[in-house]
Amino acid sequence: MKEITITSGRMNPGIDPVLHAWGWEIPLYLFIGGLAAGILFFSAYFFLKGKGEKFRASIQIGPMFVPPLLAIGLLALFLDLSHKLYFWRLYTTIHLESPMSWGAWTLMLIFPLSLAWALSFVSDVFPQHECKFPAMGRFMNWLQNYRTFMAWALILLSIVLGMYTGILLSAFNARPFWNTSILGPLFLVSGLSTGTAFLMLLSKDKDERRHLSQIDMILIGIELFLIIHMFMGFLASTQVHIDAAQLFLGGPYTAVFWTFVVTLGLVFPLITEFMELRGYHIPPSIPATFILIGGLILRFIVVDAGQTSRWLYKFME
Amino acid sequence: MARYAMAIDPKRCVGCADCVVACQTENNVPVGYCRDWIVEELTGQYPSLELEIRTERCNHCSDAPCVRSCPTGASHYEENGIVLVTHNECIGCKACIASCPYDARYVHPEGYVDKCTFCIHRVEEGMNPACVEVCPTHAFVFGDTDDPNSEISKTLRSRKSKTLIPEAGTEPNIFYLL
Amino acid sequence: MKSKVKRREFIKILGAGTGGMMVGTKLIHAFPKIDSSKQFIESGDEVTPTYCEICFWKCAGWVHKKDGKPWKITGNPKDQNSNGRFCPRGTGGIGMYTDTDRLKTPLIREEKNGKQVFRKASWDEALDLIARRLTEIKGKWGPECVALFTHGSGGSYFKNLIKAFGSHNIAAPSYAQCRGPRAEAYLLTYGEGVGSPERTDIRNAKCLVLIGSHIGENMHNGQVQEFSELHANGGTVITVDPRFSTAASKSKYWLPIKPATDLALMLAWIHVIIYEELYDKEYVKKYTYGFEELKKAVKNNTPEWAYPITTIKPHIIRETAREMAKQAPATIIHPGRHVTWYGDDTQRVRAGAILNALLGSWGRRGGFFAPAKAHAKKPSIPKYPKVSKTWKDAFPDQFPLANLALSSGICDATIPSADKSCNFKAWIVYGTNLPVTLPQPEKTLKAIQSLEFLVAIDIMPAEITGWADVVLPECTYLERYDDLRISQGRKPSIALRAPAFEPKHQTKPAYWMARELAVRLGLADYFPMKTIEEYLEYRLKSIGSSLEEMKKLGVKEFDEDHELYFLNGEEYEFGTPTGKIELYSTTLEEAGFDPIPKYTHHEEPPEGYYRLLYGRAPMHSFGRTINNPNLNDLMDQNEVWINPKVAKEWNIKNGEMVRLENQDGVVSHSIKAKVTERIRHDAIYMVHGFGRMQKKLTRAYNKGADDQQMITRVKLDPIMGGTGMRVNFVTFRKEVA
Ligand SMILES: Nc1nc2c(c(=O)[nH]1)N[C@H]1C(S)=C(S)[C@@H](COP(=O)(O)OP(=O)(O)OC[C@H]3O[C@@H](n4cnc5c(=O)[nH]c(N)nc54)[C@H](O)[C@@H]3O)O[C@H]1N2
Ligand SMILES: Nc1nc2c(c(=O)[nH]1)N[C@H]1C(S)=C(S)[C@@H](COP(=O)(O)OP(=O)(O)OC[C@H]3O[C@@H](n4cnc5c(=O)[nH]c(N)nc54)[C@H](O)[C@@H]3O)O[C@H]1N2
Ligand code: SF4
Ligand code: SF4
Ligand code: SF4
Ligand code: SF4
Ligand code: SF4
Ligand SMILES: [Mo]
Repeated sequence: MKEITITSGRMNPGIDPVLHAWGWEIPLYLFIGGLAAGILFFSAYFFLKGKGEKFRASIQIGPMFVPPLLAIGLLALFLDLSHKLYFWRLYTTIHLESPMSWGAWTLMLIFPLSLAWALSFVSDVFPQHECKFPAMGRFMNWLQNYRTFMAWALILLSIVLGMYTGILLSAFNARPFWNTSILGPLFLVSGLSTGTAFLMLLSKDKDERRHLSQIDMILIGIELFLIIHMFMGFLASTQVHIDAAQLFLGGPYTAVFWTFVVTLGLVFPLITEFMELRGYHIPPSIPATFILIGGLILRFIVVDAGQTSRWLYKFME
Repeated sequence: MARYAMAIDPKRCVGCADCVVACQTENNVPVGYCRDWIVEELTGQYPSLELEIRTERCNHCSDAPCVRSCPTGASHYEENGIVLVTHNECIGCKACIASCPYDARYVHPEGYVDKCTFCIHRVEEGMNPACVEVCPTHAFVFGDTDDPNSEISKTLRSRKSKTLIPEAGTEPNIFYLL
Repeated sequence: MKSKVKRREFIKILGAGTGGMMVGTKLIHAFPKIDSSKQFIESGDEVTPTYCEICFWKCAGWVHKKDGKPWKITGNPKDQNSNGRFCPRGTGGIGMYTDTDRLKTPLIREEKNGKQVFRKASWDEALDLIARRLTEIKGKWGPECVALFTHGSGGSYFKNLIKAFGSHNIAAPSYAQCRGPRAEAYLLTYGEGVGSPERTDIRNAKCLVLIGSHIGENMHNGQVQEFSELHANGGTVITVDPRFSTAASKSKYWLPIKPATDLALMLAWIHVIIYEELYDKEYVKKYTYGFEELKKAVKNNTPEWAYPITTIKPHIIRETAREMAKQAPATIIHPGRHVTWYGDDTQRVRAGAILNALLGSWGRRGGFFAPAKAHAKKPSIPKYPKVSKTWKDAFPDQFPLANLALSSGICDATIPSADKSCNFKAWIVYGTNLPVTLPQPEKTLKAIQSLEFLVAIDIMPAEITGWADVVLPECTYLERYDDLRISQGRKPSIALRAPAFEPKHQTKPAYWMARELAVRLGLADYFPMKTIEEYLEYRLKSIGSSLEEMKKLGVKEFDEDHELYFLNGEEYEFGTPTGKIELYSTTLEEAGFDPIPKYTHHEEPPEGYYRLLYGRAPMHSFGRTINNPNLNDLMDQNEVWINPKVAKEWNIKNGEMVRLENQDGVVSHSIKAKVTERIRHDAIYMVHGFGRMQKKLTRAYNKGADDQQMITRVKLDPIMGGTGMRVNFVTFRKEVA
């Protein structure tokens, strides 16, 4: 039996009884980052595989959404900053040890690149559209020459971005629940999965959808494996990690996590996709929507639970 | 170069929180926030009880995750090992808060992140930190561990001590005497 | 206090003790050198000397301003009371000044549309009104029907005023609600008191026995410092407390005694020490009176006898008694301070005084030293008029040995009754918050209702001000001069309080108020100095100093040949009737009380009820700091400590809000439950001073519960009239939503 009393001064808002450094902004930012990474990855991947004309949604239309998505993500990040006027300080140095730093730089690179990538497809997506500024039109045509180069860069950067969304958290040893190397791959895979889901929503091509669905099923399978692996890892670790895992195994996050993230966000879409492949008629928007919502909730729960778990004094029994 | 550290004797500490008030007034820490605080840890069952009373603050870790996680370099080491936040380099991303296993940092109402500075402004003038100087029970020894003759070096040699959450690997520079 | 020391040669004792205290933090560095005596930095740092007013330890220190703005308060290293280190309350004193809830102007009660309200008034108006009303009351009832309640530095000017006015009815809660029994018990035993700061030589003691005294929570500064030093140096602490106090956690022995049975334990200790012949034979023979009677009286008070009463195992009683004797005479049975617990308090404290005598610690190193005090002349004033009656006349056959006025007694005598000859008609209340400070608050209010006139002088809109006819706002101690601090200690010393800031709002210092009233009452002769600066200059000159010097020094110590330890075999005459330490008290015998303490059984809580205990939190002083923004930040409400077994029985969870109901059906404000192993199952505990119901105290209002509200019963000490306050029992009422 241990009684812990924190006297005086402590009980700072934002820290006690549970850390409350990050609210909705960071999980949204992480979700959007993963989603954008997923879209860009598959766009570039299919492009490189020469699926140009067939997979229009994935290669050409999807990327149109990425720059605005990234802008929303960056806005969320910006809103989270408590010392906003000094925002520019992010871009005066690079700290490779700080995921926040290289993440910000990755975004800095991927944002113009995704814009260029998207612009290079404008004439394909809107063939009737006449660009009002001829220079702009010329620029977009010029970009088309570099598509292969851009695709390779995007593959690389989107993986970095996807990993980053997880590593940002797993770099924090201080929060037992984040302190697992699985969070990087998990968020990457989840990001890719939300990317495929997003593209499925856009796609009108049966073949493309089928292809996306197959990839997605593999991704979901990996995700489920990673989640189980993650909990086994926690349970085999120190008491604080066991306590962290307990948040999900009987603790306050159990219901939301297993219901919304695992069952509705992963298992249910997996089954529906499987059934669809088996010829049952299921509108593809159903699994896709569930995957997206599941992915969003996953980010929220992981960010929240990480802040709840701590090494010292446990306020929450 | 000096390397500062603090040894704290929980045996002496009565948990009065004087160190907290002294820090707040010395450093203008706004009411509602603090750079140091008191933890009382009770073990046992009536009537065989044991109580450890500790004053805690930033550990000025030698391997500080807050410094590593800071994207702008606002969190940094001073030459003498003191970990500081440069207020006008801090963007308030709170990565350092999330990365500190000791929960030593907080967001100052003005937006930047703040924490214990080991009262560097006093230390550089040859004075003890405010909390050290005020403690009625003399629970602290503060000083330069690079100087083998300093009180802190002697104390750490002559008495066993522990650090908080050593398994977090941060190499704290606050030692609790056993 | 009578001191009849036979002069001997002065022995320097500034050895290991003082040196040792410093070593801890005095650091010597190659780069940069850290020097704990270095105090001030930046050039913008401006300092003014003060002594702290947040409790009665009166530490001396410095108020710092940075760039002209209030900054911080630090201790003066030359001050014996603080050794340069303030306690949290003193350090947080700046909040007394900045608190925006402070009283701002004089207030006068008036009727408006059938409702009583306060109206802001000018100083002239308020003072004129007070002078007129006091004169009327004097004419109608005699000047003795005006009483002064005072607790704090500025009270002395009002004492002077009211004595000049013709009344000697001056009471402080520090007697009948605090250390009255201690004062009388030591006076009866040793012919002199313990005084404040206590003359206990804890610094040099090897064994300290705390009966309740919760040092560490009771944050009397120098005492805490010496306590911690003793513990760190391996001294033995024995703590007797139903609660695992901070001090208990630092003790070799914690004796979780059943509340109200301490006297049985102490008699058993006396028994062991006498019958195992552990006492200091020579000392007892030479200095004490009544040993044989004592021996006979405690014959049956064996540890086995005490065990079922106290629940302390006999072998522990023996072991602790032997430990005390082993370290004697460097063993202190701490006399306690707030000792008005059960009504037999003088006797209980006397048992401790007897133990100290048996161990030979009075007048010996590591026991009780002879305190020194500086002397500074006061300007001469006319003789005070003779009084024809005092508060004592209201209690003709009671409390024969009360040497000071009982605040609770004056309160009783204010409520009109057929059998009391002196009824008080007007109160002047300086710096004491009677509705929260005195037990049986219902009775306090009844007394207040019976008054014709009530003046309250305070810095905060405390509860007492809400009942006053006129409220006078004093400026805080940081904004005024006060009389010199001349407290007892190991060396004579004086300390100055000078204003660091201009008085905020329309507040004024007490000296000015009292003198202005004196002028209006035609008593100006009693305040020969127009300003307090002149008064201080006069006093300082008499002692070879000046205001200018003291503003630089803050504290001045005087070297004096003075023997701290005076009972090392030499002759000594005590101020008791027998001239000896009276183990057997002839005075008590004469007055019809037990000359040797006897254990009497106290009522125990009925089934389902728990004894209400209370105490201090280190960062608060009673109720006076609860609203202080800095200190409120550290603790903004109190909690009720409940043993886990009891909590389980009542299905109370840690952190849950509960209410308490006492034996008379009074229900408390809601208070957070602290379910903890740190307390016995038959008692509950809370910190005094919370649960404030004055809305104008915005931070303190309605936070936690007030122990006083539950103290509807007291047990009066028949010897000196102290109010035993730990005789109330409470049960739980779970908060409904
Ligand atoms: N921080 C702070 N310090 C203060 C003050 C303050 O307001 N705040 N006030 C000062 C003043 S004026 C005074 S008088 C002193 C008072 O301080 P003390 O003289 O130390 O007061 P006590 O009543 O002895 O202490 C309360 C303790 O007595 C224990 N107790 C309760 N009932 C019993 C019992 O039956 N037997 C025994 N053995 N113990 C019991 C309680 O559990 C609690 O731990 O503190 C002084 N110091
Ligand atoms: N239930 C219960 N009752 C107790 C105690 C307890 O533990 N429990 N303790 C008892 C003891 S030991 C004591 S000593 C007494 C203490 O009793 P008090 O001294 O009456 O206690 P406080 O609540 O501090 O009230 C002091 C008042 O003085 C005011 N004040 C503060 N500074 C100044 C100033 O500079 N000038 C003026 N004019 N006013 C000022 C404050 O605002 C406050 O209203 O209480 C006793 N009563
Ligand atoms: S000031 Fe000293 S005794 Fe008080 S809480 Fe801080 S370390 Fe402990
Ligand atoms: S305690 Fe926390 S804030 Fe301080 S140096 Fe270590 S990690 Fe950084
Ligand atoms: S909040 Fe400030 S100090 Fe902390 S990591 Fe971000 S930029 Fe660095
Ligand atoms: S070293 Fe200075 S900043 Fe740090 S806790 Fe102590 S007083 Fe505060
Ligand atoms: S003990 Fe604390 S509150 Fe009392 S006078 Fe000293 S510093 Fe002030
Ligand atoms: Mo008191």
